[in-house]
Amino acid sequence: MRRYAADKARRAVAASLRAASRSAGPSPAPAPHPRSPAPVAAMAAALARAMSTASVGTPAVSINTINPKVLKCEYAVRGEIVTHAQNLQQELQKNPESLPFDEILYCNIGNPQSLGQQPVTFFREVLSLCDHPVLLDKSETHALYSSDAIERAWQILDKIPGRATGAYSHSQGIKGLRDEIAAGIAARDGFHASGDNIFLTDGASPAVHMMMQLLISSEKDGILCPIPQYPLYSASIALHGGSLVPYFLDEETGWGLEVDELKKQLEEARSKGITVRALVVINPGNPTGQVLAEENQKKIVEFCKNEGLVLLADEVYQENIYVEDKQFHSFKKIARSMGYTDDDLPLVSFQSVSKGYYGECGKRGGYMEVTGFSPEVREQIYKVASVNLCSNISGQILASLVMNPPKAGDESFESFMAERDGILSSLARRAKALEEAFNSLEGITCNKAEGAMYLFPRLHLPQKAIGAAQAAGTAPDAYYAKHLLEATGILVVPGSGFGQVPGTWHFRCTILPQEDKIPAIISRFKEFHEKFMDEYRD
Amino acid sequence: MARKPLDYDQLNENVKKVQYAVRGELYLRASELQKEGKRIIFTNVGNPHALGQKPLTFPRQVVALCQAPFLLDDPNVGLIFPADAIARAKHYLAMAPGGLGAYSDSRGIPGIRKEVAEFIQRRDGYPSDPELIYLTDGASKGVMQMLNAIIRNERDGILVPVPQYPLYSAAISLFGGALVPYYLEEEANWGLDIVGTRQSVAAARAKGMTVRAMVIINPGNPTGQCLSEANIREILRFCYEENLVLLADEVYQENIYQDERPFISARKVLFDMGPPLSREVQLVSFHTVSKGYWGECGQRGGYFEMTNLPPKTVDEIYKVASIALSPNVPGQIFMGLMVNPPKPGDISYPKYASESKAILGSLRRRARIMTDGFNSCRNVVCNFTEGAMYSFPQIRLPPRAIEAAKRAGKEPDVFYCLKLLEATGISTVPGSGFGQKEGVFHLRTTILPAEEDFPAIMSSFKKFNDSFMEQYEGYSRM
Repeated sequence: MRRYAADKARRAVAASLRAASRSAGPSPAPAPHPRSPAPVAAMAAALARAMSTASVGTPAVSINTINPKVLKCEYAVRGEIVTHAQNLQQELQKNPESLPFDEILYCNIGNPQSLGQQPVTFFREVLSLCDHPVLLDKSETHALYSSDAIERAWQILDKIPGRATGAYSHSQGIKGLRDEIAAGIAARDGFHASGDNIFLTDGASPAVHMMMQLLISSEKDGILCPIPQYPLYSASIALHGGSLVPYFLDEETGWGLEVDELKKQLEEARSKGITVRALVVINPGNPTGQVLAEENQKKIVEFCKNEGLVLLADEVYQENIYVEDKQFHSFKKIARSMGYTDDDLPLVSFQSVSKGYYGECGKRGGYMEVTGFSPEVREQIYKVASVNLCSNISGQILASLVMNPPKAGDESFESFMAERDGILSSLARRAKALEEAFNSLEGITCNKAEGAMYLFPRLHLPQKAIGAAQAAGTAPDAYYAKHLLEATGILVVPGSGFGQVPGTWHFRCTILPQEDKIPAIISRFKEFHEKFMDEYRD
Repeated sequence: MARKPLDYDQLNENVKKVQYAVRGELYLRASELQKEGKRIIFTNVGNPHALGQKPLTFPRQVVALCQAPFLLDDPNVGLIFPADAIARAKHYLAMAPGGLGAYSDSRGIPGIRKEVAEFIQRRDGYPSDPELIYLTDGASKGVMQMLNAIIRNERDGILVPVPQYPLYSAAISLFGGALVPYYLEEEANWGLDIVGTRQSVAAARAKGMTVRAMVIINPGNPTGQCLSEANIREILRFCYEENLVLLADEVYQENIYQDERPFISARKVLFDMGPPLSREVQLVSFHTVSKGYWGECGQRGGYFEMTNLPPKTVDEIYKVASIALSPNVPGQIFMGLMVNPPKPGDISYPKYASESKAILGSLRRRARIMTDGFNSCRNVVCNFTEGAMYSFPQIRLPPRAIEAAKRAGKEPDVFYCLKLLEATGISTVPGSGFGQKEGVFHLRTTILPAEEDFPAIMSSFKKFNDSFMEQYEGYSRM
């Protein structure tokens, strides 16, 4: 009865509001400042609100009412210390003399082109033509673009219905491009790949999210992740409400991945009532840079098969290998070489246009190759992909270029190879130079970066430094990184952002600043570190 | 022997609950038929370029230059690119240190967000803060981010119009929330019924739900209705009273085909209403480069603007955006160009203006032709497409057709649409994909096929419909 009366009163108020707005007529010309509403309407609004069954007082969306999974997740790569660096940068812009350095050196994120790496010319020529296909009808275009880029643009546009690069494509991505990527995978691995198993996505990250969404129903679903890991995984698992089951990479053996450790962590998780659904392997590793040996990979595949786990193979750094004695082998190749077919092993392989020698982070291009799932599950993956309609077309085109670059005999081949080799050899030199520099310092040990784009040195901090950090309420590696930033402008990410064996401290530093800046970075770093060690000497 | 980890029955239930008919059964069947060689007219999704609409020239010139900045140094560049496109490419490259290939700020390039803020200010007459504007890979990603932030559990309800664009129902399912429907009134031109909406909310609360947000789609999808200013005021007051955040999907704001109800943004109305509402009602507004007269669906460019969200909430949304690193940079540039197009006096202005005018004029004509065409068909009643890109005719299916559908194991409108597809190649989306009142059937088609193809398409539909109605109803009483 009370509710009926309240409803009736509310309707009366609503009716009076409608009457008030009708008599007010259409809105007059825009005014720069909000006007006060008519007193009657304001009072009526307040009255109606008081009578509403809503929980009044708190705004609808506040820190207390947002999804707790959002609150829980973290992403240190663009976290607190990065915000601090950006504030310092703004200070520098306002007052160039105010700090002991004149620029922030962003070594926090694998974003090569933001630090001066040039894009691959051929790729950009093709993308430019595909962005404005009208150019292909003009004869003057030949004066500006290489002829094989023009040829490739025609080929790509022929794969796009109506040559409409502005249309939503198939939700898995343009079929012809997927087939091209599959051919590239087959050429790389020596085993068949199908375009139907490819899902083109806006970077590899959305593909990872899709898989986590599929695999995780509750916190009882666990995903095995390497520690240290790239924090997309921890963030995604948290966002989807699952449990991260850590397995520790062994720093003593160059960040080795031991199957015994996998087994141990798996069993412990199971004993706690967690259903472990998948194993994430990042190869080459991020932040650790290790490249897995074939034998190791075979054992991992066996492990997944025996334990019924989906293997999630993050292979975005497959083109970043800096050591002669290691090679990239995709997990698909390893599995197929062991005799496992599409029916035997659920495997998702992730690739991206953001890394390698192309470094096209801002394009958001990537894919996952999905094998070993039943048709019903495949349908569900497709369905989730379809809600977002499709990934950006330019990124799709770029993914096909990455997996099918210029070949010997193509007009652009030589300049392409020069660009590619130039970038990769420079990355290898920078990885070495920084690793040697870190290892030359007291209190720092650093494993070699066999691949990827990072170094993950270990800080052996004196007790005094650890005490100072605790007094400041921060983790020792965050304390160190903050002081490094404030003294030198060098921005790195504390190891706690990636996970580490408790009681050990690290930071992740990219190898991406331009080669000519590396000596200065090294000397500034050395100067800071020696001072720091002296200051906190026990 | 361990269970297979990704057997169907072990999938996340929320994923299984998701439906997205726009690329569901009808589309898949149409694709199959296309592979078999049948000519298909895809009217299932608002995808203008797929149906022959040409991209605007100026933005494509600018982005092509941004993709290949080395062209800017080439002495021949002026042969194929106009000077203002060259200047604009330099303008955006200057804003994007590292060019198109670097991750930008996770919220989007600050200079472009500023351009969006200036656009909003020009449009509405109120200042807009670029810090509260986030660029996204299409508006859909923004919608998902907001719903993910809002929905805590299955007791959190989101008010969604019925019929709705099924991104909303899909996202709510995915995030484990509850959809609280409010029915638009077909007889009142798909008008909003605030009393009914209030009842929906009360009913949801009676079931123990917390209703958190209200979605409006203005202009509507699939229904096309344009909200009046009075409507929007009503809605804002309602959200104020009921403590809801308003999610205003305004992606079709440039697709208006009548003059009685021009587009007015929810934000403008909110500020016109003054305090306390203007300071307290929480609002998130969405826009895109996919619709309007640009139709650049494949670029995945969009933004959302937050109004009256507390700073700590904004921080959390920023955090989630940063996990995705950044929206794609070319899409961001398309957004900058859309909100800051060529002006009178610019070299490219005449072409830009004539291309835009031609597209909008044609859309307006097609909206009228399609509505009239449907209304001239037996047992079909169609509200006028006031805005957006769709027509949503009601098909009054005879009882025998409904029985035949049941026997075939299909929903009646799915049955009709499949028959339509097989007879004519016209691929539509059944109304059940969008929601409709029980026993009332619709289909959604777009007004996007080329204008010169319209007579053939409408007559093909009429022919099919006549023969369908004859089959299931007998001869019409004329």
